[in-house]
This record gives sequence, structure tokens and C-alpha cells, in this order.
Amino acid sequence: MKRHAAMVGWLFALPWVIGSLLFLAYPLLASIFYSFTNYSVLRSPRFIGLDNYRELVHDEVFLTTLKNTALYTISAVPLATVIAIALAMLLNTKVKGMTVYRTIFFLPSLVPMIALGVLWLWVFNSQNGLLNESLRWLGLPTPNWLDDPTVARWTLVIISMWGCGNAMIIYLAALQDVPTALYEAADLDGASSWLKTRHVTLPMISPVILFNAIMGFIGAMQTFALPYVMFPGGRPARSNYFFAMYLYDNAFLFQRMGYASAMGWIMFVVTLILTLMSLKVSSKFVHYEAS
Amino acid sequence: MKPASGKNRLGSIRKRPAWAGLAIHVALVVLSALFLAPLLWMTATSLKPEYEIMGAGARLLPSKIVWSNYPKAFSYGSQDLGYIPFLAYGKNTLVVTILAVIGSVISNSLAAYSFARLKWPGRDLFFAITLATMMVPYPVLMVPTYSLFKWLGWIGTFRPLWVPCYFGSAFSIFLLRQFFKRIPQELSEAAKIDGASEFRIYLDVVLPLAKPAMIVIALFTFMWAWNDFMGPLLYLTDQNTFTLSMGLQFFQSQHTGVSWNLLMAASLIVILPVLLVFFLAQRVFIEGIATTGIKG
Repeated sequence: MKRHAAMVGWLFALPWVIGSLLFLAYPLLASIFYSFTNYSVLRSPRFIGLDNYRELVHDEVFLTTLKNTALYTISAVPLATVIAIALAMLLNTKVKGMTVYRTIFFLPSLVPMIALGVLWLWVFNSQNGLLNESLRWLGLPTPNWLDDPTVARWTLVIISMWGCGNAMIIYLAALQDVPTALYEAADLDGASSWLKTRHVTLPMISPVILFNAIMGFIGAMQTFALPYVMFPGGRPARSNYFFAMYLYDNAFLFQRMGYASAMGWIMFVVTLILTLMSLKVSSKFVHYEAS
Repeated sequence: MKPASGKNRLGSIRKRPAWAGLAIHVALVVLSALFLAPLLWMTATSLKPEYEIMGAGARLLPSKIVWSNYPKAFSYGSQDLGYIPFLAYGKNTLVVTILAVIGSVISNSLAAYSFARLKWPGRDLFFAITLATMMVPYPVLMVPTYSLFKWLGWIGTFRPLWVPCYFGSAFSIFLLRQFFKRIPQELSEAAKIDGASEFRIYLDVVLPLAKPAMIVIALFTFMWAWNDFMGPLLYLTDQNTFTLSMGLQFFQSQHTGVSWNLLMAASLIVILPVLLVFFLAQRVFIEGIATTGIKG
């Protein structure tokens, strides 16, 4: 009977068992093998040891994409997180028309990546784009958003802030789960709004912030479609050339799949280390309810 | 500070002073305007005549509404710029999306049922591994996955875009499992006493009760498949088999800096189905997102 139950259990999970072996385990292991080879669609893999990794260390373009990706990630993820939490807190004040505002803030996250890129190319257009038209009307300087490397890298950060609605909804749900009894107790102690935010709200939603921040970091490190559409080849002056774009270009444009696999493994290891580190460091700050 | 004065001054949310309520409203209205502006402007541009977009004749709002930009974007036939058959691309996208949604709903509910309601050796370990796989960045898997599909002879077909959906995804399994766990076990036991097989219980007892969660999975898969760009970019080789994302990207690369009205019309055509689905299932959708970030 027990054997039967076990078999039924495996049978239900079978598609996923096959799927995870075929589309996760196999590619993950195969790519570490490929990373030690010279390989392309046209050539079968030939073992070359650590050559790919050795070359990567000296590859200027690779180091540039690494730097760009790191800069984007550490600016976009915290900024989008702060804005998402701030919006969620505003909406959590039992304000009238909450659902309407929630829909408005969420709408941008529904826009498909490519349409998003096309839309923002037009908003950032240096002559007649909405942003520069507005800045001109306000009498402010009008940067050349898409062609000046110093400002171009901020366009993607701005877009990620605009698209924070998804995270906002998650934070709003977390805020609504904070027991009101905690606020009532703080009121009795005469706590100010700031103190309540600092010592009640933020600790209570800290597990959600951690989870979202980690997923946000992992997502930001893989940024591909948006810069691919808006800044082909990572223009201007490679200021928007990202890790995943260079990896894709190596694999499918330069026919260097072994080299691309080595890049992929570096990305995987970096993701792993950062995730484990943030879990470890955050254990001091994140408050988990005893359940 | 005396507790009483503290309570009076700040109080709980209900006792908020009038000026604070006003300040919150003003902030929300200003922020809403900022969030809506790009979308509204996109719509305005899509309805403008060509000469009101750039240069001296540029205007914020169109002086007359040019609906014909939409059919024009749909069937753009100018010889030097290339013809983008958006209607055919829409059909391709729809086929891929529907196949992906069906596969995702079946495979993820089966796996989630197994993790949530069945007992088998290794289950908890395998579920932990399943959760951990959400951390694996896709670019690591890209090259071997491509080689696998090439070996199968699937490059240039739709199969790499939808077949994987029939084998589950960690995220959807996690989401559905949370929901399945909350359905009382007694219902399954009662059905079992009546002689129902495990598959019957899954199909006739659990699934009907899990309808909202299934809708969430279907919606998420719809969004993912409809918006997917990397998949089509990797696997579609023939221009006739392109999806809307690919078509729009191609259209954009052909029109850099010109015909913004047509580009915006084309983009809106791509966005509209997503908005439509969202407004049809708004409540379920928002609840679904709200539960995804909680207690990972």
C-alpha cells in the first residue's frame, strides 16, 4: 500500500521530474562542460581546459559589461524597492479610491518588454520626447538621453522605477497583514509615525523585502530584452552593454558558445554567492514571526 | 511624553488629521499623473498625423484623431521599409501562448498536487531543490538548451517555445502548492472512502476548489508567453513565423526615428490584449501577485 502511494506521488510529479532534469539539471551541467571547450553551432566541442576563463579575465568588453551590470543592479533594485514600498505605504493609509490608484501604479508592469522599449525610446527622444519637452517647459536642461553615455545608463534605471508596480502590490499585501494590535500598542507608548514605521512596519515586512530584493537582484543581473531593443550593441559607447547581451552575442553572433558558457557559469556562481551572502547578512535584520 | 497626548496627536489611521489626508491625496494624484503620462502620451502619438510628431509642427495632443494609423501599422507595405505582417504575427503569438497556457496548467497542477497532498520518499528534499532552482539565471542554461533543441531538430519551429511548459516551472508549482495545501484534507479522505482514485480526487475534488489559483497560473503563463522575446529570438529563424515581440522589435529597427505614430500604434496593439486580460480578471490577478512574494 505504501509502495503504491509512493508510486502515485512520483507519477503525479513525473512531468516536472523530467522537466527539471531536461531543462535545468542537464543544461546546468552541460554548460560547465562546454565552458572548458571551444564550441559553436558549426563545430563540435573541443576540450581546451581553462582557456575560456583565462581569456575572460583579460577581456575588456567582458569587464565593461560586468561593471555596467553591477552599476545598473545596485542602482535600479534599491531605488525601485524604495519607491514600491513608499507607494504601498501611501496606498495603505485607507485612502479613498485605493483600487484605482493601485491599478494606475500597476499598469506599467503589464507592458511587454519590447513595447516598453519602443515607448521609452520615444519618451527619451532628445528633440521631441515627452521628457525633454517637459524639462524644456520647466526651463531645465535637456540631456541627450539616448546618445550621451553618462546619462544613457540612467534611462534603464528610470524605467525600472516606473515598472515597480508588481513589487508594490506584494508590499501592499504584506502591509495589510501587519496586525493592527501592534500599531495600537505603539500608539499607547506615544510613538511617532516615523518610529512606528521604523520599529513596527519595516521589521514586520522585512522577510518580504528580502525575498523581493533577492529576486530583483537575480532579475536585474539578467537584463537583456530592454537594452537589446533600446541600445543595440550596448550603445552609446558600450555604456548600456550588459552581461547577458554580451553572453548572447558571443554564443549566437560570434559563434563562441564555449566562451559564452564560461560567462554563464560566472553569472551563476556570482548569483549563488550573492544570494547566500544576503541571506546570511540579513539574518541580523530580518524579523521572522514565530509560527 | 504623556501617552494620551501621543494618542491624540498621531493616533491610529482613523484619527488622521485632515491636512495629512489631503497631503496623501495630492501625492497620489501627482504620482498617478507621472505613472500614466508615458502611456497617455503613447496613445496620443499613435493617433497623430505624421507632421505633428517631430520638429516645428510637434504638438502634445493631436489636432485631429487619425485612426488610420492603426490599420496602417497593421499592414505596413512600404517597399523600402519592409512589410511587417502583424496579423500573422498575432496569430503565431496566440498559437504559442494557448499551447503554453494549457501545458502549464496541466503540468504545474500535477506536480503541485504531488508536493502538497501526496506522501512519497524524497518529496520534501525534491521540493527544496525545486525552490532553489528559481535562483538559476537563464543565461547559464541558454547554450545547452539551444543545443538540445537543435539536436531534436526543433530550431525554426514553435516547439522550443511551448513544449517546456508541459514539464512544469518551479515558480508556478510553488504558487499552486501553497494553495492546494489550504484545501482541507478531509475532503480527499471522504472521496477516498467512496473509492475514488487519487487522480479522480485531483480532478473532481481539488481542482474545482483551486479555480482561482489555476486562473492565476494561466494568466501568468499567458503574460510570460505573450511577452517572451528571448525565446523567439533564439529559436525562430523564418520571418513568417515571428511572434509579435519579434515583429515589433524588427519594425522598430526598421523605423528608427521615423513614423513614431505607427510605432506607437503597433506597440499599443501588442499591449492591448494584455490589458484586456488584466481588466477581465483584475481581482484574481492582484491576489495572485500579492501571494507570490510572501514567505518564500
